[in-house]
Amino acid sequence: MSHEIDFAVQPRQTPPRGESVLSVRGLRTGFAAGRTTLTAVAGIDFTLHAGETFALLGESGCGKSVAALSLMRLLPPAGRILGGEVRFAGRDLLRLSEAEMRAVRGRGVSMIFQEPATSLNPVLRVGEQIIEALPGGMGRADARERALALLAAAGIADPARRIDAYPFQMSGGMKQRVMIAEALAGEPQVLIADEPTTALDVTIQAQILDLLARLQAERGMGILLITHDLGVVARAAQRVGVMYAGEIVEEAPRAMFFAAPRHPYTRKLFAALPDGVGRGHRLETIPGQVPPLSAMPAGCRFAPRCAHAETRCTLAAPAWREVAPGHRVRCHRVDEVALAASAVSAPLAAEMAASGTAQAAHVGSAASSQEFRIQEFTAQEAAVQVSAVQVSSIVPEGTEVGSALTAPSPLLEVRDLAVHFPIRQGWLRRAVGAVRAVDGVSLALERGRTLALVGESGCGKTSVGKAVLQLIASTAGEVKLDGRILTGLSRSALRPLRRRMQMVFQDPFASLNPRLSVGEIIAEGMQALGLGRAEASPAAAVAALLAQVGLDPAAAGRYPHEFSGGQRQRIAIARALAVQPELIVCDEPTSALDVSVQAQILNLLGSLQADLGLAYLLITHNFAVVEHLAHEVAVMYLGRIVERGTVGEVLHSPRHPYTQALLAAVPRIGSADEAPPPALSGEMPSPANPPAGCHFHPRCPRAGAECRTAYPAPVAVSATHTVYCVLNAR
Amino acid sequence: MNVLPVILWSDALVWLMALAALVLGLLSRRQPPLAAAWRRVGRSRPGMAAATVVAVFVVVGLLDSLHYRPALDTPAAGASAAPAYAIETLSVLDALAVPLRLRGEKTYSAPLATHAFAKETQEIRAADGSVQQVRDFPRLRFGGAHLLREEAPAEATDGDTANANAGVSRRTADPSATTDASPVSSAMAPSALPATSAMSEKAAALAAARQYDISRRVGVAVLSALIVWAGVVVWVVQLLARRESLAFAEVGRRLWRGETVFAWRAVLLTLAAIALVVAPMLALAGDYHVFGTDKVGQDVFYQVLKSVRTALVIGLVTTLTTLPLAIFFGLAAGYFRGWIDDLIQYLYTTLNSIPGVLLIAAAVLMMQVLIDTHPQWFATAAERADLRLLALCFILGLTSWTGLARLLRGEAMKLRELEFVQAAQSFGVSDLRIIARHILPNVMHIVVIALVMDFSSLVLAEAVLSYVGIGVDPTMISFGTMINNARLELAREPAVWWSLAAAFTFMVALVLAANLLADAVRDAFDARLVGSS
Ligand SMILES: Nc1ncnc2c1ncn2[C@@H]1O[C@H](COP(=O)(O)OP(=O)(O)OP(=O)(O)O)[C@@H](O)[C@H]1O
Ligand code: SF4
Ligand code: SF4
Ligand SMILES: [Mg+2]
Repeated sequence: MSHEIDFAVQPRQTPPRGESVLSVRGLRTGFAAGRTTLTAVAGIDFTLHAGETFALLGESGCGKSVAALSLMRLLPPAGRILGGEVRFAGRDLLRLSEAEMRAVRGRGVSMIFQEPATSLNPVLRVGEQIIEALPGGMGRADARERALALLAAAGIADPARRIDAYPFQMSGGMKQRVMIAEALAGEPQVLIADEPTTALDVTIQAQILDLLARLQAERGMGILLITHDLGVVARAAQRVGVMYAGEIVEEAPRAMFFAAPRHPYTRKLFAALPDGVGRGHRLETIPGQVPPLSAMPAGCRFAPRCAHAETRCTLAAPAWREVAPGHRVRCHRVDEVALAASAVSAPLAAEMAASGTAQAAHVGSAASSQEFRIQEFTAQEAAVQVSAVQVSSIVPEGTEVGSALTAPSPLLEVRDLAVHFPIRQGWLRRAVGAVRAVDGVSLALERGRTLALVGESGCGKTSVGKAVLQLIASTAGEVKLDGRILTGLSRSALRPLRRRMQMVFQDPFASLNPRLSVGEIIAEGMQALGLGRAEASPAAAVAALLAQVGLDPAAAGRYPHEFSGGQRQRIAIARALAVQPELIVCDEPTSALDVSVQAQILNLLGSLQADLGLAYLLITHNFAVVEHLAHEVAVMYLGRIVERGTVGEVLHSPRHPYTQALLAAVPRIGSADEAPPPALSGEMPSPANPPAGCHFHPRCPRAGAECRTAYPAPVAVSATHTVYCVLNAR
Repeated sequence: MNVLPVILWSDALVWLMALAALVLGLLSRRQPPLAAAWRRVGRSRPGMAAATVVAVFVVVGLLDSLHYRPALDTPAAGASAAPAYAIETLSVLDALAVPLRLRGEKTYSAPLATHAFAKETQEIRAADGSVQQVRDFPRLRFGGAHLLREEAPAEATDGDTANANAGVSRRTADPSATTDASPVSSAMAPSALPATSAMSEKAAALAAARQYDISRRVGVAVLSALIVWAGVVVWVVQLLARRESLAFAEVGRRLWRGETVFAWRAVLLTLAAIALVVAPMLALAGDYHVFGTDKVGQDVFYQVLKSVRTALVIGLVTTLTTLPLAIFFGLAAGYFRGWIDDLIQYLYTTLNSIPGVLLIAAAVLMMQVLIDTHPQWFATAAERADLRLLALCFILGLTSWTGLARLLRGEAMKLRELEFVQAAQSFGVSDLRIIARHILPNVMHIVVIALVMDFSSLVLAEAVLSYVGIGVDPTMISFGTMINNARLELAREPAVWWSLAAAFTFMVALVLAANLLADAVRDAFDARLVGSS
């Protein structure tokens, strides 16, 4: 009990740096499902040292969150801890009584969650929530004092005013800061952060990661960082553990991890990143899916998807092998894999693409029968399937971008588009103002090309996409598709044009009606637009579309919930393709997907563009995806475009301070050893009352007096590169 | 038998609902998410136990919803002459319950009594030929009349000790009668008749005979119930064994341990419990009044059975009225927003701000005036009562759609922002089609939940409204009218408790079972997204 008193009253004695604060041995956790228990975490070991960040990296469903919740003993009702040991401050947390455990939570180990919006109580002022988390025995005034100090420590500007705010009055980044302040209230020795930045923008993500690093340096906490993002690992972690299907398969110090990953799964993850691979190249993918909990393979759990698997892999689970000091791997064939990779890593990609179908078939037979195999159709195959029905011009790769922008009739032309949402108030619900979501945006997009629209969340990207498709009414400006003005057309006049443009949404779980079969979903557009395809029957058309996006045609009879996220996104793409559009608006098509699945979808989008000459309006915040897929980029801030140009121009020589800050905030894996550049301060103001002058000036590190008075005029840096910033005029 | 089938409006609606439920059930088998939800209901043990109880009530209600008018025995029934039919409309349940329906007593009698509840003055000729006036409890005309029958007509002076287990009611009921509450033997003593001892002997014999008869019947009934139940169990196990091609013993073992996917054990155990309760009641109902009789001597058991249909009609037909309104207004408001939403919101806010009972009372009174001034509309009294019942359902439905509509509006507002709706919009799919295809199926779980949750509250609402006097037609038997009548009976001294007790017990059984089923349905349907993501 003396520990509790220690935590509660005295300032905690920081354990010396490097000493182990939390050590996990053989932790096993499962879920009761009917009469059986499904093991979600299958015996993981790791040690967390004081002052160190240990990242637990893994794709969705691999058991990261369950592992973290097991450490806190906060599992959902069906969860069961099946065994193992969690040593903290000389005690095994799994053996403590619930009352003792309560004293450890918050005081010894505390946790922050992925979704700042739901982890704070919406009806309590943030100050009260922090005070609640403070150790007891503090006077009212003292507690408030302490809460103010914590908010300040968490980087909240003007804490004296913010302490009495409600969570809904704060932005996502601020809520996450409050959550961190709350987690720090008990002076914990260990902080568990479960995807703390996944719901945030890159700029805010950089701020939060910097904040965590600073707090850690001050307090010497150990941080267990749970993430699926290699970039976050590169920026924030000192050591990394890679989880796959409930097990840790590789553990290494960061530098070694990025320089020489050894486990086949880790290597595949790296290969699947779109980073660096140029446009038009196919990304490497990992065939198959993470096995379901109910059908875990015996032996190595990665064996059904592993290109190096041999018989012993399916028979016995590999043991830990120390390949370098601090670098451990669980693979039977570590040495061969390293050799093979250094020799054939380049041909491997080509071979993958060519023999994709055969390999997928092999995986399909090994995987559980309920899962559909993902067939990696090669470009030729897909082309044969559709060439009969789809006739579109393909812009040759060599076309100069400059001519594309000034070409006589681009496929899509947007001029001065504005979308204002009225703010209604009072009894008569009169409009008292407007949220200027889009405030004068002009774009042009050629056939067969991709224009990426990037920017922080809330800058109006999605509104542009929906206004282009006429899904929301525009306030001003015009949208022209192939020379015909869409804005202001009646529903019936618009209907024949709807066929030519479609949308792929961000969340593949919300974009498919769970009550309709896949076949019905795909056929809906054809029916609504009265399209008969060249095929004999709608069923044949659906089958051809499914094949085109790499799914088994038998999928038509299944329902969306039977598919994984990546497969659902393929279905959504097939639905859009069904009406043979020329333009597809892709709204964050991969941001809800894991890296390996993202690679599959990016490959698919790329090959569809090459074969069908589709034009994409790609809405995203992921610069790696932009680099991989787009030809041109437009950067949006607060409803307006601040910089526009080709991918090379904008990503490699950005001229606008905002673009520069955005790019700097992106965690780069290559730069793992350099100190990350300072994060952009502040947050995007509300689009209801944008700042006067240059919208960016409150956050701009280079703002001058003239920036506050007038919105900067466009400056043409080159024929294709335009910037809205006074700096470039000089 | 020559009968004229009569289809009352409520019959048509009840059978339509039954048919619709069947069709919906078949349709939801083709909808995997819905089918999965129903399978989850099937797995829930309390849910299936409750469903079994509800099913028994529904069977009674359906039997009571097949109406006909029997032919009258006209003396000159020529082939050409149109047969004449009785003015009275009967149901199949009435036909099955003939002994209950026709064997009315004069007035109150306690459950399983052989004697009336009140003393009457009777004239008996004593052995010496003199006529004596005796105030005593007369034997019932039917209740337990088969016991020691031969003496009954002459020996009407049996002591009421016969009423062995109706001890509470043994005190004299007639205020004008001697108010002695002492045991009969002492009460009889002052009259000092020579027959006293003989009479008390007969009374004792009757009591013994009754006791013996009752226990024999209960015993036989329990035994045969168990045998029939065992037969059902064997049949179910055989069916399962055939369907899953497993050994009989294996299926039996699984069933016994509750390891079947469908909660068969709960269903069978509930059936056993129902059989054990119902079989003795049926066995006794032939010659006794299991729940006694009411003021006009009608069997309370019969009334309870008849009330079931009224409750079901109120519960089901009202939801039938509520559903289209709630779905239409709720989804339209949530999907279209704008002025349509404003209009619908004003409508239901206004409706909600008038106290419900007042609104219902006003509507019911208006309807009553209408019915009373147009007697020519109705061929039989049953038709009139039926129409009034339906009108009550519609009035209840018109005033109670707002809650569900509000829920559906919120859900539709959420769904219309979902991306699959926008995908449909981007195909130019018409709004009505989007509502029908994309919104409605995704709120069906709320509709199902609201439906089963509302049922029991409507049954209770009927009871309350009838109690206040604005419910069903006073001639229509319902839980509400039974309870309303019991109000007066309870005020008697000694109280007539059985009418209220029976109505209350059955209503609670129905409502409780419906609520448990509603809980199971809600859990299963709310969890639908958990299972699908
Ligand atoms: N409440 C639950 N009941 C049953 N199974 C669960 C439950 N919660 C999680 N699981 C299962 O446990 C496994 C691990 O889930 P977990 O949430 O830890 O994954 P994750 O790596 O955090 O994924 P994500 O990145 O999507 O959050 C998954 O297979 C999941 O289906
Ligand atoms: S043990 Fe075998 S299957 Fe598993 S990762 Fe290593 S090589 Fe692949
Ligand atoms: S105009 Fe001024 S404030 Fe705006 S981006 Fe350029 S330098 Fe910064
Ligand atoms: Mg998670």
